[in-house]
Parts: sequence; structure tokens; C-alpha cells
Amino acid sequence: MEALYATVTGFLAASGLYLALRGRTFPVVVGLTLLSYAVNLFLFSTGGLTTDGAAVIQDGKTHYADPLPQALVLTAIVIGFAMTAFSVILAMRVRGDQGSDQVNDQRGDDAREEKS
Amino acid sequence: MMQHLIILPILLPLFTGLAMLIKRDATMQPRRTIGLVSTALLVVISIALVVESSNGQIRYYALGDWQPPFGIILMLDRLSALMVCLTSVLALGSLAYACAGDDKKGSNFHGLFQLQLMGINGAFLTGDMFNLFVFFEVLLIASYSLLMHGGGKDRTQAGFHYVALNLAGSAMFLIALGVLYGTTGTLNMADMGQRVAQLDPERLGLLKAGAFLLLVVFGLKSAILPLYFWLPRAYASAPAPVAALFAIMTKVGIYAILRVYTLIFGDSAGDLANFVQPWLWWFALATVALGGVGVLSARDLRTQVAYLILISVGTLLAGVSMDRVASLSALLYYMLHTTLVSGGLFLLADAIADQRGKAGARIVPGRGVTQPALLGLAYFVGAITVVGLPPLSGAIGKALLLDAAQPSEQPWLWPLLLLSSLAGLVAMGRSGSTIFWKAGKPDPEGPRLKPSMLAGLALLLGASPLLAIFAGPITAFTQASAAQLLDPGAYTQAILAPTSGGDS
Repeated sequence: MEALYATVTGFLAASGLYLALRGRTFPVVVGLTLLSYAVNLFLFSTGGLTTDGAAVIQDGKTHYADPLPQALVLTAIVIGFAMTAFSVILAMRVRGDQGSDQVNDQRGDDAREEKS
Repeated sequence: MMQHLIILPILLPLFTGLAMLIKRDATMQPRRTIGLVSTALLVVISIALVVESSNGQIRYYALGDWQPPFGIILMLDRLSALMVCLTSVLALGSLAYACAGDDKKGSNFHGLFQLQLMGINGAFLTGDMFNLFVFFEVLLIASYSLLMHGGGKDRTQAGFHYVALNLAGSAMFLIALGVLYGTTGTLNMADMGQRVAQLDPERLGLLKAGAFLLLVVFGLKSAILPLYFWLPRAYASAPAPVAALFAIMTKVGIYAILRVYTLIFGDSAGDLANFVQPWLWWFALATVALGGVGVLSARDLRTQVAYLILISVGTLLAGVSMDRVASLSALLYYMLHTTLVSGGLFLLADAIADQRGKAGARIVPGRGVTQPALLGLAYFVGAITVVGLPPLSGAIGKALLLDAAQPSEQPWLWPLLLLSSLAGLVAMGRSGSTIFWKAGKPDPEGPRLKPSMLAGLALLLGASPLLAIFAGPITAFTQASAAQLLDPGAYTQAILAPTSGGDS
């Protein structure tokens, strides 16, 4: 299971990174989202991977999973959602303000050069 | 009551920020009053915290009464009290300036401003790594919106870069935290420091990787050389009061470096003791050099101030990497000075741009400012302070730092720091003479400084003479903070041994 888990996390992170380095705003936002999924999976695994482990104390259980990473992942997911929502809105705003969805709008830079 | 004082710098801005949400279409005046009163109250509270911490006792506040190392704690020592105090003074100055009209250019300025303060204060006070991440996110979310306050094409584009970079930074922060938690099994900073020393040598490599990754994240926040590209444009395009408040944001990164790499990876960390300092040293010097070049090349007053911030970041990090009481003490004094003065300079650049009409903040001959004597004097004070000419606080800070460097061990600091000061002097002299001397006729009907703008400017720039006059007591305090910081055993003792513990 560890190998599969690690592969999936690594693949997600690599895809996220690739997309985040693209020149248009939408792939960048999707890339950052994928990256945050990969990070969540990674955080989840930091307490060690167990199957059938109880997270809270139960009678007759001797096999426990580390509950702390689960709490951390929960917080990270909430923050990640807020950030994704914000960056989507922001990407739309960039599109509206500069009339293109390029992350580095060259026309904008030229206009600034002429102005100054 | 005194024991709950520690959490007040977080709760007060939170509730003030929430109060601003009631009646969204209300007039500006009540919000300004609430914001100013609350921020002034924050200054009073933070001064009380400084007094509280000055006896050298390290206190903690256990949230939900979960005793460390299990729960989340806030911790108060001299350094965190000092940083909270610095934040609140800077915030009061920039808020006063914003109340002259900048807050009306977009919606919800006052609420966001308070939430930003909450995030910054929380980051300074927390004693838990994950909680540090959460407060970083709080301050970042508020800063994203504040940066784009008022809108405009420049701001949205600079804002998108800033947001994307910081989201990537947050992802790395979480990975680093995961690695640290996976190897040490704790998130409490004091506990982590203790466990790092007793770690299985087999896991040291992994821990070191996590620690380096964390350094990259903090380096991104504080804008060290390879990670600084977002700063000049973001700061130059932000509205003036926001840029002034952002002067503390790079220092949050430096504070985190200072805290984590003295408490967790400091002298007591066994094999990993002080392992980042030699790395930081060269990056710090390169940042100073690059800041000097940037200052000379800037064509806009605000970009120039942004590069001056970069020089100060490099200088501060050089202080961190020398890692002894004298250098840390010098760095804390320099941090007080540079944060307040560069905040003041952002406000001043905006006031100048406002009065010059179309020429704005660009360093070209143009229309004269409406109040040349007042703004010229303020510019003069700000310029000689920020480049470090005597007799004001910049000179004292730099002299302390140069004094702490031993020329035999660190021969590069002297020439680089002095050359960067020279670059700053040349650049500030050039822009000052262009703006004030090669100026055309001012517009007699032009905008003038409103009383609250003047109050904000006077508070931030006036801090420099005060810092110079009271340099004695202040350096005594920073020296004690530095000594406390270099004694990680005392933290562990205060937080993990309940007999001498805090008052939760």
C-alpha cells in the first residue's frame, strides 16, 4: 500500500507543479489545487499508514491510528478550499481587468513602459 | 486578568474585524473610530505585554486548557512581546493615514485591516508549528485582499503573482510540517526542540530536509535573494497604508527564522545545531548586494522604498546568521527602526505622488509638491534614517551590527553593508533632488496633507529620533531578548516543566 500511496502523491504533486508553471491563469489555479491535494495526502501519511486502526480510544482496541494528522488534514482542506475559491475569483478578475488570461500579460508591461 | 493578556492581541482585532461586518453600507466614520480606538488599545496592550515580559519569565497560555505538549499554546517572551508592540505601532500609523480617504477606495478596508493584524499578532505569539501555519494563512488571506484594495490592472496582476507564489509557499510549508511531525512526533516548538536533540541518527537526514524546506518557505515570506521577485512589484502597486503595514510582513518571515532556528535547531539540537546559519549568511549578503543595485535602478519612489526593504531584509538575515547575543540584539534594534521607517517612507511616497499630480511617484522632474517645506523635511529625515546616516536610529542600528561582526570571521559584511548604504544614499539623494529641486510650479489648489495623514507620517517617521534618544533602554531590552533567545533550555523548562510553568 505504501508504494501505491507514495506514487499517487508524487504523481499528483508533479502534475500540480507542471500546471502551476503554465502561462495561463486557469491551469495555474488547477495546478495549485492539485498540489494542495498532494500535500493533504502527504500530511495524512505522516502519522504512519495503518488499516483498521481506531482514531479515538475504544474498548478492546489495541491498534490505533495517529489522530493528529487527520485533524491537520481537515484544517488544511478547509484553508485550501478558501484559497482555491479566492484564486478562482482573482483569476476571473485578472481576465476582466487586462482582457487576457495570461499570467504575465506582455501587452500590459509594454503599456507600463511607455507610460513611465 | 493579567494572565489573559497574552491572547488579547489576537482576540481584540478579531472582534473588531467582525464588528466591521455589521451594517456593511454604514458610513465610514464609525468604522474609522472603532478601528482607530481598537488599534490604539492594541498599542496599550502590547506595551503592557512588553512590561510583563521584561522580567525574563517565559509565559504560556494553554488554549482550551490542554497542557503542552498536547494542546495549542501561545507563548510570550521578550521577543514576541517586542514584535507585537512593533506591529501595533506600525498599524496605528498606517491606519491613521488610511483614514484620510484611502479606506474609501474599495470595500471592507477596516475589517480586513483588523484581520490582518490578528494574523500577524497570532504568528508572533504562537508556540505551535501548525498554529503558525494557520496564522500565516490568516494574514495571507487578509493581505491578498488588501493588496488589491481599490482595484486596477497593475494591482490585480501583481496580486495574482503574489497569491500564486504564496499558495505554492503554503503547500511547501505543509510538506515541511509533515516531515517534521513525521520525524519528531510533535508540533509544539519547545517539545520539538527537545526531541530533535534525542533523535535517532537514522532519521536526521529526513529532519534536515524538512528543516531546509521550512527555511525556503520562511525565505519566501521574508524575500531572501532567490525568492524576492514578488516583492518590489507587489509592494509598489499596493495602496500606501497597506504597503506600510506590509513592512512588517517580511519581518514575520525573519521572526519565524529566528524562532525556529534558535529554539528547535539552535545550540541544543545536537548534530543539527545551528546548521542553517552558514547557508543564510551568503544568501543574506547577496540580498544586500542586490538590494543596493535595485535601489539605484528604481525609477519610481515606491519601487525604491521596496528595494530599501530588500536591503534591510538582507541586513537582518546577516544578523541572524552571525548568531550571537551582540548580533541578535543589534538585529532586533535594526528591525524596530527599519520597519517603522520604511512604513513611513511608503506613506510619504504616496503623499508626494498625491501632490505632484500627473508625475506621481515617478522620479522625473515634474510639478512641485504643494507643501515643499513639510514634505521635504519629512523626506530628509526619512532618507538619512533609512540609509543609516548619523545621528538617527539607522546609524545606531548599523553601527551595532557592524560592531557585532568580527572582521576576521566575517570580512564581507563591512564592505557590503557600507556599499549598500552608499547606494541608498546616492539613490535617495538623486530622487530627492529631482522631486524637490527640479520641480516646476506647484498647484496652489492642489491636495494638502490632511491632519490624520500627518499624524500617521509623524508617528512612523518620528519613531526614528525617539529610537535614537532612547537607544540605551531599548538596546538593554533587545540584548536581554537576544540572550533569552539563545537559551532554548529556558523555553523548554518554562513550557514543559509544569512547576515553573506559565499561568494558564
